[in-house]
This record gives sequence, structure tokens and C-alpha cells, in this order.
Amino acid sequence: MRLRSRIWSWVTTTDHKRIGILYGVSAFAFFLVGGLEALIMRLQLASSDNSVVSAETFNELFTMHGTTMVFLAVMPLSAAFFNFVVPLQIGARDVAFPRLNAFSYWVFLLGGLFMNVSFLVGAAPNTGWFGYANLTSSQFSPGLHVDFWAIGLQVLGIASIAAGINFIVTIVNLRAPGMRLMRMPVFTWMTLVTQFIVVTAFPVITAALVFLMFDRTFGTNFYVVAAGGDVLLWQHLFWLFGHPEVYILILPAMGIVSEVIPTFSRKPLFGYAVVVYSGLLIAILGWGVWAHHMFQVGLGPIADSVFAATTMLIAIPTGVKIFNWIATMWGGKLNFTTAMLFSVGFIAMFIIGGLSGVMHSSPPADLQQTDTYFVVAHFHYVLVGGSVLGLFSGIYYWWPKVFGRLLSESIGKWHFWLTMIGANLTFFPMHFVGLLGMPRRVYTYDVALGLDTLNLVVTIGAFAMALGTLVFVGNVCWTWRKGEAATANPWDAAMLEWAIPSPPPVYNFSVIPTVKSRLPLWSEDGYEPKPLPEDPPGPIHLPDGSYWPPVTAVGIIVAATGLLTGSLWVALAGIGMLVVGIYAWALEPFEV
Amino acid sequence: MTHAEATHRTSTGLDSRKIGMWTFIGSECLLFGSLISTYLVYHGKSVAGPTTREILNIPLTSISTFVLLMSSLAMVLALAAVTRGDTLWTRVWLATTAALGSVFLGFQVYEFTAFVHEGLTLQVNLFGSTFFVLTGTHGAHVAVGVLWLLSLLVRSFQGKLGPEKALNVELAGLYWHFVDVVWIVIFTVVYLLQ
Amino acid sequence: MSEQPQHHEQAHPGVGTYLTVAGVLTVITLVEVGAFYVPAFQGWLAPVLLTLSATKFVLVVGFFMHLKTDHHLFRVIFAAPLLIAVAVAVALLFLFGVVAL
Ligand SMILES: [Cu+2]
Repeated sequence: MRLRSRIWSWVTTTDHKRIGILYGVSAFAFFLVGGLEALIMRLQLASSDNSVVSAETFNELFTMHGTTMVFLAVMPLSAAFFNFVVPLQIGARDVAFPRLNAFSYWVFLLGGLFMNVSFLVGAAPNTGWFGYANLTSSQFSPGLHVDFWAIGLQVLGIASIAAGINFIVTIVNLRAPGMRLMRMPVFTWMTLVTQFIVVTAFPVITAALVFLMFDRTFGTNFYVVAAGGDVLLWQHLFWLFGHPEVYILILPAMGIVSEVIPTFSRKPLFGYAVVVYSGLLIAILGWGVWAHHMFQVGLGPIADSVFAATTMLIAIPTGVKIFNWIATMWGGKLNFTTAMLFSVGFIAMFIIGGLSGVMHSSPPADLQQTDTYFVVAHFHYVLVGGSVLGLFSGIYYWWPKVFGRLLSESIGKWHFWLTMIGANLTFFPMHFVGLLGMPRRVYTYDVALGLDTLNLVVTIGAFAMALGTLVFVGNVCWTWRKGEAATANPWDAAMLEWAIPSPPPVYNFSVIPTVKSRLPLWSEDGYEPKPLPEDPPGPIHLPDGSYWPPVTAVGIIVAATGLLTGSLWVALAGIGMLVVGIYAWALEPFEV
Repeated sequence: MTHAEATHRTSTGLDSRKIGMWTFIGSECLLFGSLISTYLVYHGKSVAGPTTREILNIPLTSISTFVLLMSSLAMVLALAAVTRGDTLWTRVWLATTAALGSVFLGFQVYEFTAFVHEGLTLQVNLFGSTFFVLTGTHGAHVAVGVLWLLSLLVRSFQGKLGPEKALNVELAGLYWHFVDVVWIVIFTVVYLLQ
Repeated sequence: MSEQPQHHEQAHPGVGTYLTVAGVLTVITLVEVGAFYVPAFQGWLAPVLLTLSATKFVLVVGFFMHLKTDHHLFRVIFAAPLLIAVAVAVALLFLFGVVAL
């Protein structure tokens, strides 16, 4: 194929596998950007009274580091797995709405670029990833910084909600015959739970951001204290979204770990039903804990007690999962591949992060820890030690399925140990730095604090992690040229995605399989899995590509640009494009 | 809208688009939930400008509320008509629903204009900010619904809305009724419980 | 989806039901507006109006959106977010001191 038509075929693709790869590549690029921002911050903090960057730049760096890692790296990396793996695990030929899926991807990509363009015009968001009112008001944040952030997040919200609806319908409605709900792989289950949280939590921040944009653009009073408004409204709405968001970030990784550990322990997951139900319980309980981010504002003893209690409660279903993974490994035939190492690393790191999390569920303890590096240590243990390690585990696990080649195990081990040691070197000393009184989000510190050594260790750890990530990039390059070709089921795993060739044909399954157990590829109780025929018995109809999803996505980003620059004509042009896109989309012949 | 997804087997036997629509509606519950909560949280907290009692016009809004309720009736009748293959009455009821929706929007435009003349603006106080953003978001939803209904009407005149396409009407109906239901809540919470 | 048409038949009530529901909705709306103007009702206004409005909500969702007779999956998909939204609203009213125990 000529290069142009090849690019075109990727732009117009509606194949869930290709969209998964697009999500993965884009999210990894944003992951590198977010990592770079972290490294610059760590250079600045490597010693006291340093001046690598100005205070203003530092504000932009920590804001964009947080926003990028949450919305542009971890969420879309999870989406890469949802896209590639879920339809294969449930025995489907694609997602329920392939064009909506492409639309979600393009909106995400353009939204991410939109937000990062702010650096080029010198107006990167600078009010923290939580954007507390009234720091975000036009009085205290003039310029486009906050507008880039608020409009960018709105755009990303559209992508997330559209994808959320798509995957809920896919999992509910496109399962292969016999794939009852309680036979679904845990990764698929956690995807379902995650997407339920996405479609319910994102509208709340949408509303909060609408208020913010109206305050800034039209002079409304939502967060204006002088007019009787309450800045805590923003905090409540933000954390009503923000706490469920942490489950959006961690549950997919938990799903990955629940696939990897049984595979490399040669045992079915211990307590499958308990893992599933605790996931559901987390989704519900996750709605009742948000004010633990707000103990310091003085909510009063009743509210403090209630939210402290619910926060301690939610540790139970989370802890249950840890016991299940450990019990799965117990007595298993363990095979410590790189994927398995990352999963075991996940468990270890997540326990540490979970314990420090329960520590600040107690308001008196939280008042000491809040806004210090102790909190930074906590959530990086769950987000890097948890989500990122889990996602890397998934990358090593499913890479052969996606690309037909096995990532190098020996380079992979280097990647793992550098990441693991680097992460602990970075985040463990932060506990002490925080307890010794170093506040978050401040661009420098005094030599008299005596924190120079610990901060230098943190910085060295950050660079070790960066080196680990470079090793991973090297591994990808090496594998691309010399990697060992993968068989259909290189790990001898149990789920349906391993029943088809690596990489899978466009149509996924030659015939749609009928599922008879939770572990369709493992023989148990006299049940022997039958391989699928190599070629489909008849022609399989596959949907063509469509360029209307990217056109519609561009319409949204043009409208967002109009909103940002206050140009009515640009906004109207964007909306016009959006409307044309939607009608053309609805009317074009497109057989699923 | 032109493709026949119905030929596909699904795990639940239900059409994917209908499940998607309900999921979207579930998501919208949280959007309007947040807007209504904000309105209530700020209720009576304005420090200046007109208050609810001085501004809200109950007789007028009662009529527009009734109009929107009747549009929901027209909507189900449109669905019943398209399901039994009755082209004429499909068009009549779709047009009626869209017309009643437009009347509701007309009332809202009139109401907003009158309020601004009486001194209630987006900027003047918390009541103005929360009221206009809440009812404005609802109005935008109604406007989208009217466009959707008119599109269906055009498809009907193109002869592309037979009984096999009843689901297209049902989906628009679900959206329309949901917007109506949101108004039921807004009418009580904003207008009657002052 | 061979079972779909048959399913549709039972899911959608007839025109008579629709008209009855619309009549009830109209009557409730009249009662609501009436109650608003009766001074004697002022103390009871909030619980009465909330109950009436909830009734209308249930009628529209149950009959016009067919949730009463449709597949139970739709009920789950709608009820879960709705309950979260209501719980969040109530919690916020408490937290902001709009209502108190
Ligand atoms: Cu939290």
C-alpha cells in the first residue's frame, strides 16, 4: 500500500484493534511528555534554593504533569487495552459502535494536543490538576491558562463519556454465546465497572467546569464569594468526580493483574466472584468518600466522621482483591516473566500506597499530612506503583497478541527492576520529606529545612525510572526488528483472546466461539477446549472505514478553539462542522 | 440510521442503540443532578438583585409545563403510529411534538427576556447564575430534541421511516421524555418550592 | 434479534393507556399549581409537591419510556445513576446546611 493510503486507512479506521493501537501510541507519547515535566520538576527540587525553572513555570509543570498523567496517559493507556482486548475476550468482532469508538479516540487525541498547545503560546494551565476555585477566577488567573485547562477537560470528557457508553453496551450486548456475566474475564468485568464510573462521574465535573467557564466568560457568580458564592462548591463537585476518577485509574490495572497472575501461576483466579463483587462495591462506595480530600476545610465533626468511616470501609473491598491475588499465587506453578514481575510489583507497591491511604482517612492524621509530600508519596504509590506497573504488565502480556512478537524478556527484566527500584527511590523518601514538613506545589525550599539529601535521592530515583522507560523504548525497537514471533497462545493463557492467531485477523474469530466455562482455553473437569477453525467457513462482512468520526472530532476542537479565543465565527464554524459530521455519520451506509 | 443492525444477534436480544441511549440518559441524570443540586445549595444565598418570589411567573410556566407534558403524549402517539406503519399519523404526531417543543422554547425565550428586563441577569446574583445555567441547559436539550424530531420528520417524508425504523423514533422518544422528566423536577424544585 | 418484535408488542402499552397517563399527569400538575396558591398548604408544600412531582416522574418513565414493561436491564441502567444523583444531591444539601437533621 502507498504511504498516503496507509495513513488514510488509519485515520478512517473503525477496527477496535487499530483504535486500540492508536490509543496506546498516543497515550505513551503523552506519558513521555508528562514524565519529562516530572523530571524538570525533580531537577529544580534536587537541591534547595535551586533556579532551574521559575516559580511560574513550576506551577505550569505540576499542573500539566498531573493533568497529563491522569487524563492523557493512564486513562487512554487503559483505553488501549479496553479497545484491543475486551472485544476479543468476549468473543466479538468489534465494539457495539465502531464509529463512535473512532470518534472517542480522535476527540481524545485532539483534546490532548489542544491542552498541550498552551505551552507553545506561553499559557499552560497553572492552577493544579484540581483547579481550586477561586484561584481559577479571572481575577486571580488572568490569561488563557485556566481556559486551556477547563475547555480541554470538557473536550476530553466528551471522549470519555462516548467511550464509556460504547464499552458498556459492548460488554452487555456483544458477548459470545455462553459468555454469561459471571463467566466474563475479570479484565472485562473491571472495564465494565470502570466505564460505569466514567459515565456517572464525568458529568459532575462537566457541570463544575461549565460553572467555571461561565464565571470566567460571562461574569456569573458560582465561585464568587463576594456574591454569596462558596468556593467549596467547586471542591465538592471536583472531588465528587475526582475520587471515582481514582478508581477509573486503578480498576483497569487491577483487571490486568487479575489476568496475568492466574496465567503465570497456572491456577484459576482465587475467589473470582469476590473479586468481581468487590469491584462493583468499589464503584458504589467510591461515590461516598469524596470529602476525605476536604478534611482541612473544616466540614464539621459529623461530616468528618462519616467520610472517615466510608473511606476506611472502602479499603475492605480493595484489600480483599490483594488477598485474592496472593491466594492465587499460593501453591501455584509460578513463572516470573516480565509481565508477572510487573503484576507482583503492582501488589507490593499497591499495599504500601493503600496503607498510607488508610492513614489519611483519619481526619486528625490527614490534617498533618495534607498538602505535604506525604500525600504525593501516597498517590504515586497507587498511581505509579499501581496503575503504571499494572499497565506495563499488560503491555508485556498482550504485546505478542497485538503485534505477533514477544517483547524481549531479558531487556524486560532490566525495564522492570529499573522502574521498581526507581519508583521506590523516588516515592518512598517522599513520605519522610512530607512528614518533615515540605509542602507540595512549592517550587523551592530552604536549605535550613535540611531536606537536600532526601530530595536528591528522590531526583535520582526519578531519573532511574526515566532510564527504565528508555529501556522499554529500546525493547520495543529491538523486538520490532528481532523479536521472537509469537504463537497464538504463547503464555498458555485461558481467555478467548488467545484462541485466535497473533496478531488477530481483521475479523478476530473465524467462527464466533461458544463459551462453556470461565477458563475457555484451559481443560478442566473433563472439558477439553476445541480449537477454532483456521479459516472462516464463509465470507465475513466487515464495516468499511469512515472519515466522519474524525471530521466530527475536528468540529469539536474547532468549536473549542473558538470558545478559547472568544471568536464567535470560529466557534460557529466548529459547530457547523460538528452538525454536518453528525448528519453525514447518521446517514452514510455503514453495516456493522 | 440507515443500517439494519437488527439482523445481528446480541447477548440480551436487545438493540445496542437502545441500551446506549439508556446509558446516555443515566449519564445525563448526573449532569442535571449536579445542576439542580447547585441551584438548591445556592437557594436564598443571593446577596443582591431580585429573588425567586419577585421574579418567577407561575401561571406562565404552568402553561409551558403543560405544553411540554402534552408533547410527551404526542411523542408516544408518534411511536405508536410508526410501529403500526401509519405514515400519516407518524408525521402528524412527530410534527406536533416538535411544534409543542418549539412552543415551550418560545415560552422560555419570552421568560428569559422578561427576567432580564426585570433585572435578573446571569451576573446580578447567585439566583440569576444558577437559574439561567440550569434552565438554559435544559432548554438546549429541548432544542436538540426539536432538531432530532424534525430530522425524523424529513426522513418520513423521504419515505425512509417505515415500521422497520420504529426504533429510530423510540430512541428520539426516550431522549424527549427524559428531557420532559427533568423539567418535571425543575418545575417543582425551582418554581413551586420557592 | 428474532425475539425482538414479539418483545416489542408487550413492551408498549396502547393508545388508551397513553391518554390515561397524560390525563393523570395533567390533573397532578393542576393540583401542584393549585396547592402552590392555597395559603393553608404552605407548611406542607415541600413534601406534597415532592411526592406529586415524583409521581409524575415515575408515570412518564414507567409508561411513556416503557420502563414498567420493558427489559429489566433498562431499569438497572437507569436506576443506578439516578439513585447516585439523588444521593449526591441529598448529601450536598446536608453538607451545605440547606437541610439539617
Ligand atoms: Cu479520594
